[in-house]
Amino acid sequence: MTATRTPVAPSPRAVEPAWIAELRREGAARYEALRLPTTRDEDWRFTDLSPVTKAALGPARAPGALAESDLAPFLFGHTEWPRLVFANGRYQPSLSRVAGLPAGARVGPLAELLVEAPELVEGTLGTRAVQPAAAALVGQNASAFLDGYAIVLPAGAVVDTPIHVLFVADSRAALGAVYPRNVVVLGANAVASVVESYVTLADGVSLTNTVGEVTLAAGARFDHCKIQRESAEAFHLATLEVRQERDSYLNSFSFAQGAALSRTNIYTTLAGPGAHATLYGLYLAEGRQHVDHQTRIEHAAPGCTSWEVYKGILDGRGHGVFNGKVFVHPEAQKTDGKQTNKNLLLSDTAKVDTKPQLEIFADDVKCTHGATVGSLDAVPLFYCRSRGIAEAEARTLLTYAFAADVLEEIRSRPVVDHLEELMRAWLAAGQRGRAAAGPETA
Amino acid sequence: MLEIKNLTATAGGTEILRGISLTVNAGEVHAIMGPNGSGKSTLAQVLAGHPAYEVTGGSVTYKGQDLLDMEPEERAQAGVFLAFQYPVEIPGVTNAYFLRAAYNAKRVAEGKEELDPMDFLDLLEEKLKLVEWGPEIMSRAVNAGFSGGEKKRNEILQMAVLEPSLAILDETDSGLDIDALKIVAEGVNALRRADSATILVTHYQRLLNHIVPDFVHVLAGGRIVRSGGKELALELEERGYEWLTEAAGAVA
Repeated sequence: MTATRTPVAPSPRAVEPAWIAELRREGAARYEALRLPTTRDEDWRFTDLSPVTKAALGPARAPGALAESDLAPFLFGHTEWPRLVFANGRYQPSLSRVAGLPAGARVGPLAELLVEAPELVEGTLGTRAVQPAAAALVGQNASAFLDGYAIVLPAGAVVDTPIHVLFVADSRAALGAVYPRNVVVLGANAVASVVESYVTLADGVSLTNTVGEVTLAAGARFDHCKIQRESAEAFHLATLEVRQERDSYLNSFSFAQGAALSRTNIYTTLAGPGAHATLYGLYLAEGRQHVDHQTRIEHAAPGCTSWEVYKGILDGRGHGVFNGKVFVHPEAQKTDGKQTNKNLLLSDTAKVDTKPQLEIFADDVKCTHGATVGSLDAVPLFYCRSRGIAEAEARTLLTYAFAADVLEEIRSRPVVDHLEELMRAWLAAGQRGRAAAGPETA
Repeated sequence: MLEIKNLTATAGGTEILRGISLTVNAGEVHAIMGPNGSGKSTLAQVLAGHPAYEVTGGSVTYKGQDLLDMEPEERAQAGVFLAFQYPVEIPGVTNAYFLRAAYNAKRVAEGKEELDPMDFLDLLEEKLKLVEWGPEIMSRAVNAGFSGGEKKRNEILQMAVLEPSLAILDETDSGLDIDALKIVAEGVNALRRADSATILVTHYQRLLNHIVPDFVHVLAGGRIVRSGGKELALELEERGYEWLTEAAGAVA
C-alpha cells in the first residue's frame, strides 16, 4: 500500500472481514461485562480509573486541517523517516510517507490492510493481547477502533530507519476518545524499529486507549519506543503485547511525560528458546500527574533472557506506579532475568508505589529484581557544589544523570537526543517552578 | 590567605575538631599529618563546606572573607578546591560536561563570559597533558568505573582546570602506585603559583618526598599537637605517631 492513496470509502468497517466483526462483537461484550477495572482489582490497586468512567467520553471528532509544520516539533529533526500520522485516531495520508521498503513489506494504516490483505495479520490481531489485567481495555478498544498502524515484514526483510507513527490530538480531540489498534508481524530474521508517539497540539480532557499486538518470528528483532506526551488533562491507557519465537529480540522503551492519568501495559511472552527481551522505561510526573506502568515477561521456553530497567522522577504531587512481573514457567530452565525499578523523588509530596515481582516455577534459573525510592544523594551533590556548581544546577545535573543512562538504551540516536532535550526542559521548568514558589530549597 | 582560629566542629553530635588554629600564606605548602581518626580529613571537608559537619566555634577567614559564611559553591568559585579522598562517581554525566560546568560557574562568578564547548576543548587539551591523559577520558562519565589511581588523576585534572588559590588535597596519595603518585605530585607542583597555597592532608610521609612542604602539622584528637618544618615528617616516618598522640591525650 502506498501512503498517498485515498482512504477507502465510505467506511472501512463496511467491508471488514467477518473475523474482525466477530472480534469487535466479542470485545464489546467483554467490555460490557467487565467495565473499566477498579482499585479493588489487584492489577489496578494504585490506579483509579473512576475519573475516566465519570468523564464518559464519546468518540473524538475528526481533526481540523493539519499542516506539516504542526508536526515539526515531534519529528526528531528527521522529516525523511518513514512516517504514519493519525490525527484524532484518523489516518492522515497527506502527512504520511512510506517509501523505500523491502519487497513484500507492508507499512500503513490497519484499516486499509484489513480491506486489502487481512490474512497478513489474522494470526496476530485479536490473538496476542490476552493478559487478564488488560482485558477490559482491550475489549473496549476492539469494539471501537477506527485505525492504527500495521507493519508486516516477510522473512529476512530489514527496515533500518525507524518508522515513526505519530498519534496527534488537535483541539477537536477534546472531550473525545480515540482507540488506536496496532499490529506488527515480523517474519523470520526480519528487523524493524518503530517509534510510537502520542502528542497533543491543544490542551483538553481526552482519552486514548491504544492496543498493540506483535508477533516476532524466529530471529526477528523489534525495537519499539513509545513516547507519551499527551495533554496534561488527558487519560492515556496503552497495552502492548508481544509473542516472541526462538532467538527473537524485543527492545522496548516507554517514555511517559504527559497525561493527567496514564497506564501503560507492556507484556511479552518468550515462547521460543533463546528469545531475548529488554524492557526499559522512564516516567516523569509533576503537579498531580499519575503515571503507571505494568510489565509482564513470561518466560515460557528454556534459555531465554530478559533485562528490565524502569526509572521514574516524581515532583510536586506526582504519583508513580510500577508493577513488573517476571513469570518463569516450569519448562523455562536456564532463564536469566533481571529487573530493576529506581525512583527519584524531587519533592516531599511526590509518591511511588513499586512492586517488582518474580514468580518462578523452574529450578535452574538466574533471576533478580530490585526497587529503590529515594531523593538525591548528599555526597554527589556536595561533590558538584565543591566544584563551583550551584546547588539548583547540581540538583538538575544529578537528576538528569539519574535518568540519562536508561535513555541511552534507545537504539536511535536522534530519539535519544530528543528525549534528553525534553527531560532537560522538564527539569528546567521544575527549577523555575520551585524558584517561583519561594525559597523552598535549602 | 587562610586564617583558621580555634575552629571546632562536630559530626552527628560528636566533636571532631577541638580548636584548630592555622595560618596559611600565599606560596606556602602545609602538610597536615596524623593518625586515623585524628580529624585531618574533617578539617579538609569543613574548609570545603561539607554539610555533614557542623561548625560549633571559631572562625575561618579566606582572602579577608568569612569562609564559614559561604556556600560550598561560593567557596569553589572564590578559589578553594578540595581534592576528595574518595572522588565521587557520577554516571550519566561526562567528564567534559562536568568540567565545563565547573569552569563556567567560576567564570560567571568572576563576571566573565562562559566558554563554549569548542573553546573549552582547546583549554582542556593543555590541561590533559599535565595528567598524561588523552582526550578520550573526556567522554567517559565522571569517575564512573575509574580505577583508584584514575580517580585521583581526575581530581588533579579538575584542579588544573579550575586553577584554585587554595588547594586542599585530602589523602590524595592513598591507593596510588608509585607511577600514579609521581604523575599526581608533578601535577600539583606544576599548578603551584606564587599567589596560591596548598594544604596536603596525608597519613604517610611518602607524598612529601614529591611535594615538599614548608610546614608540617600533626593533628591528634582534633587538635594540632605539633608543628614544624619538613623534617618533622621524617621524624614521624621514623617514630610513628604514638609519642605525639600520647602527649595529646595527656593534654586532653
